[in-house]
Amino acid sequence: MKPMMSEPEPQQTLSPIRKGGDPSTPPPEVVIEVDGVHFHYVKGRDILRGVSMEIRKGEVTAFIGPSGCGKTTLLRCFNRMNDLIPTAGISKGQIRILGTDIHHPKVDAIELRKHVGMVFQKYNPFPKSIYENVAYGLRIQGVRDRTKLDEAVEESLRSAGLWEEVKDRLDASGLGLSGGQQQRLCIARTIAVRPKIILMDEPCSALDPISTATVEELITRLKKEFTIVIVTHNMQQATRVSDRTAFFYLGELIEMDKTTTIFNNPAKRQTEDYISGRFG
Amino acid sequence: MGNTADIAETAAPAEPASSDNPFAARGLGQRRRERAVALVLRLAAYAILGCGLYIFVDIIAKGAPVVFKASPPFVNTSFFTKSPETLMTFETDDGAFHKMDFADYTRFKNENPGRAIVEEHSHAYSGGGILGPLVGTALLTLICIVVAFCIGLTTSIYLNEYSSKGRFMDAIRLAIMNLAGVPSVVFGLFGLGLFCLVAPVITKTPQEGALFTLPILFTDHFLSFQGWGTCMLAGGFTLAVMILPVIITACEESLKAIPAGFREASLALGATKWQTIAKSVLPYAFPGMLTASVLGITRVAGETAPIMFTAALSHKDKLPWDLAIDPNLGALEKVEAGIGGFLSQSVQAMPYHIYTVAARIPQSEYTKPMQYGSVLVFLLLVMGFAGLSVFLRIHYRKKLKW
Repeated sequence: MKPMMSEPEPQQTLSPIRKGGDPSTPPPEVVIEVDGVHFHYVKGRDILRGVSMEIRKGEVTAFIGPSGCGKTTLLRCFNRMNDLIPTAGISKGQIRILGTDIHHPKVDAIELRKHVGMVFQKYNPFPKSIYENVAYGLRIQGVRDRTKLDEAVEESLRSAGLWEEVKDRLDASGLGLSGGQQQRLCIARTIAVRPKIILMDEPCSALDPISTATVEELITRLKKEFTIVIVTHNMQQATRVSDRTAFFYLGELIEMDKTTTIFNNPAKRQTEDYISGRFG
Repeated sequence: MGNTADIAETAAPAEPASSDNPFAARGLGQRRRERAVALVLRLAAYAILGCGLYIFVDIIAKGAPVVFKASPPFVNTSFFTKSPETLMTFETDDGAFHKMDFADYTRFKNENPGRAIVEEHSHAYSGGGILGPLVGTALLTLICIVVAFCIGLTTSIYLNEYSSKGRFMDAIRLAIMNLAGVPSVVFGLFGLGLFCLVAPVITKTPQEGALFTLPILFTDHFLSFQGWGTCMLAGGFTLAVMILPVIITACEESLKAIPAGFREASLALGATKWQTIAKSVLPYAFPGMLTASVLGITRVAGETAPIMFTAALSHKDKLPWDLAIDPNLGALEKVEAGIGGFLSQSVQAMPYHIYTVAARIPQSEYTKPMQYGSVLVFLLLVMGFAGLSVFLRIHYRKKLKW
């Protein structure tokens, strides 16, 4: 798809196929609507089969399920990272973010990603200084003003709880930090762009328990400002950080509900089997 | 050592009787075969070492007396400051033996008109030094590396970052592989056919024999497909095409070595594809590309066949910068004529010079020093480049880690 830099915020300028549910019940505000999505990496072999869900503003939503169930795939649909795989695509259904169908031809994936940030499984700071890592997203948007950058960097690092640890060595390489710090640097880098939604793909799987706790605490703090979707293999983590949990199995959404409900009183047998460790 | 031996002695385990030893060797045959195989493999490896050593020792032993000397500055400077000349050997009537370059010989004859000269021999290209070939090779490789790196870099970025799989891409990769397998003399003919004879030039006065000419709008110039003639530009381009497969492969490897995480992270922050490549891929791939390319040019610097038809001369009096430019021209035109004139000259080149002195002139004991001196300098030059590339790689590896 051709990038269309001329349309900075498509979701505000157009909402082509807004399928309103029931307009009389607006709260809670839904930011991501997934509507019967079938997704394939290779044509003819659907990885996701008819997934529908709503993700609400200001909440942490956790995706759980055994490996290969499609949770990361769905997550990467939200910022269209799957566009990088030429043969992949959505064969049926629709994903609407902030009311806009994100696969509409007038939607530019580049602009979408400025609103839907992502933190990856393996922390991946650039081999640049801490400062430049955080400023990266703003620099590519053309921000040159040094004071603006300075402010944004400090604010993002503060939000990510990293400022006190790195404020004296902003010019040091981001790769010199510990694993947990590097992951928080990646989170700071993501929030510097001020996205509305942050997707996290197993953000703690490469971290030790103490760093994990720090990052989890950070996630809880960040949900005031951002809507967060987190994929995790760690069910304790889901209970600790998330408000709502979706359980996936073999490409289908089995159940989605409040986290407490999912873990204490699941409606489906498969969910209960999985969270109690009978399979998966 | 002594300690362990003591322990071994005191602990001295009883030797198992051959009848109840379950681990006894099964006859001698198996062990012998093993040893024989190991020996053959070892000898093959040693043979390689022998060949390498022989080449080096032979060249250094015969070439060093020509290139170096025992007194300061320890280097035979005239070997590097003169271009190849004819060497004259003769005896004068007083029985003295003389050996001198042709220019000195002429002067000698003028200064001593009365002397009879006997046993006069001339040895082509065996006198003087190797300045001309050195300069020519440097210019050829410079043009080559600039052209090859630009095309190779862009091609590799396209292949690795933009292209999707398909028949067309397979065809391109096949073409690259085939290019790597083409004999160098074929490249020579290709370069002659394309660059020397039909490549386009911009000129006011197109030649008669041009393939075709196109007038350039709003100017009095023409785009004439008349070829560049035998010149260093044609030679450099030919060498560039020849080294392209190596450069493309090396650049692609460097790009592949950049973790996918950099690209994903950059894209996820809302960067475009080109922003991602320019800011998060190329800066980290560039050193690897550069070192591999430097190593690549050591290969083309030694090629004879591709430049034989396209650029090289065995003899040339002037160095490339001794250009005669018409003083009546305007400043801009002077620059134009200077650059054009400079690039459209033929040059001497080390490999072709070595070929000339080794194979195209009658051999005698007086041609040997030039042969071995040239070869030694050339060898050192190539080794220097290889060393530089290794140094660069180590240097950047230390700097860039992830």
